[in-house]
Amino acid sequence: MNSNEKKLEIKGEASAGMRPPETMTSMAWKRFRRHPGAMIGAVVLVILILATLFAGLSPYDPEKSDIKNRFQAPSWEHPFGTDGLGRDLLTRTLFGGRVSLSVGLMVVGITLSIGVPIGSIAGFYGGWVDAILMRIIDATLSIPSLMFLILLAAILRETDLPFVKGNSVMTIAVVLGVLTWPTVARLVRAVFLTVRELEYVKAAEALGASDLRIIVKEVLPNGFGPVIVESTLGVGYAIMEESGLSFLGFGIMPPTPSWGNLLNNAQEHLIQYPWLAIFPGMMIFFTIISVNYIGDGLRDALDPYKVLAEIGE
Amino acid sequence: MGTYIIRRLLQAIPMLFLVSIVLFALVNIAPGGPMSAYSRTNRMPEEKKEAIRRSFGLDKPLPVQYIVWLVGNDWMQIDTDGDDIPDGYGTRRGILRGDFGFSYKNREPVLDQIADRLPNTVYLMFFTLLFTGIVAIPIGIISAIKQYSGFDITATTLSFMGQAIPEFWLGLLLILIFYATLNNPFTGEALLPSGGMYTLGEEFSIWDRVKHLILPVTMGMVGWIAWYSRFLRSSMLEVINQDYIRTARAKGQLERKVLYKHALRNALIPLVTMFALDFPYIFTGSLYAELLFSWPGMGRLFYTSATSRDYPILLAILIIGAGIVVLSNLMADIAYAYLDPRVRYE
Repeated sequence: MNSNEKKLEIKGEASAGMRPPETMTSMAWKRFRRHPGAMIGAVVLVILILATLFAGLSPYDPEKSDIKNRFQAPSWEHPFGTDGLGRDLLTRTLFGGRVSLSVGLMVVGITLSIGVPIGSIAGFYGGWVDAILMRIIDATLSIPSLMFLILLAAILRETDLPFVKGNSVMTIAVVLGVLTWPTVARLVRAVFLTVRELEYVKAAEALGASDLRIIVKEVLPNGFGPVIVESTLGVGYAIMEESGLSFLGFGIMPPTPSWGNLLNNAQEHLIQYPWLAIFPGMMIFFTIISVNYIGDGLRDALDPYKVLAEIGE
Repeated sequence: MGTYIIRRLLQAIPMLFLVSIVLFALVNIAPGGPMSAYSRTNRMPEEKKEAIRRSFGLDKPLPVQYIVWLVGNDWMQIDTDGDDIPDGYGTRRGILRGDFGFSYKNREPVLDQIADRLPNTVYLMFFTLLFTGIVAIPIGIISAIKQYSGFDITATTLSFMGQAIPEFWLGLLLILIFYATLNNPFTGEALLPSGGMYTLGEEFSIWDRVKHLILPVTMGMVGWIAWYSRFLRSSMLEVINQDYIRTARAKGQLERKVLYKHALRNALIPLVTMFALDFPYIFTGSLYAELLFSWPGMGRLFYTSATSRDYPILLAILIIGAGIVVLSNLMADIAYAYLDPRVRYE
């Protein structure tokens, strides 16, 4: 009896000293919140997204020209000025932001839906399947990227495939997706290579789990952190490349505004009307720097070693 | 090591074949194909079009065209006048023997056009990479040895900015500042020129060349400096925390020597690899810088060929570029093994 009570006491003491159970997500969130750059980045990005979502509230039409008000310098009525057709640049920049941001998200969607399955298959099955997939990945990565993008965009805009008609947002997203999936595939493959031979995976196999179950339920969750980080940075990369392509005239075509083609448009009158170039570029810059800081914060927050160090293990 | 290199080269061959097939197919599935460049611009009679198609070998089925593009047709009889009777041997030698065909636009050999532009690109990229190194390496070292100092925090912030700034926008800003706004106080002219490699019609002068280099080099190197300095910082930090550095300090070695003789040498190894991976830009150039500053290099050649659908040029630049990328990757691995004796390839 006595000894039993003593045991209970010890147990009570121990549980009082232990921290309350925490999930990985809440720990990651805690770490993320402590990264000042990431928090500022997140706030800026949320403001940018909200601004583009509510772009329709602007009193001006993004595409209708107003010849009387051509090339107005920035003022209270037109905070970013107006362009060569008298359209309010702030309105156009916000509508362009919708396009640029959605291209960013679509590209990451495409990247993940190609990269994750291919990386999983290559890493899980190994052997000749892996060898072939890796050669395809190497081949894709060996072609100079910006030039390859231009070639793909130049060809796709003249084809009439379903979904990817002309210079639509979808076409550009597909073009960029073709170039970005190999990075994610490699990342996922690497996760499989490190985890595949571990005992718990062998145990699942011995228990008769199907390949699909092992891939999806046992191995893939290990790649969650790096894939999230890579996808976040991928949004920034895609926005940058979309702007570049549109800037070169191979991306989104006017009158649909995108940050890149607004800059392209600004080039012609750069010296006389510099605001046309300054504001859209600033939007790209702020978006990408926010995304990069968020990615950096996520990298710290999701790094299992840093989390372990924090718990003191 | 020798067998490793040979194995890697052998692996590269099927891969480059794959690249060449994909690129060739892509170019040829474009609607209207390579001929659309002609049929759009002028209404020529059908027979003339046929003759042009034959002269470029475009009347053949695609696999045959691919083989001709690859190994040429000087070993087989071809029909040049469309009567289905072979008239003699072809003249193409194929890309494997260095014949990349003729530009659709001006019918000059593709290689001549590349040879025309390549030196300008190498010239620009050489200085861009040189100044990237000169600026990025000291920043990386100081950031690492003074971790979390004011300098380090500033450099980190600037590097985030440098990676986020769109290269083409930076170029526009540079033109606005140094060409449109700032003037040379003595002559009243724009401080720096907005394009070209030198002032036309003026005698050669170093200063004129330098003036024309400053803006495109700056535009190209900002992103690279941001990236390389971060990279060197983390690689230096990793080395500094190793045991052999502690040993060097423990035996009383001067701190300066510990850092620059013991640490820096090893910290630079990954940087050499990085450089080898960026080396292909010496060939492909910086497209944005060449376009904004009317620099007659490879990037601009590619861009103008893409707008005019001059596919032989696009194919040539892409395939040579891919070859250089593959070789640079191999060089990076070899350099790594050479510089770091712990790395062994089998």
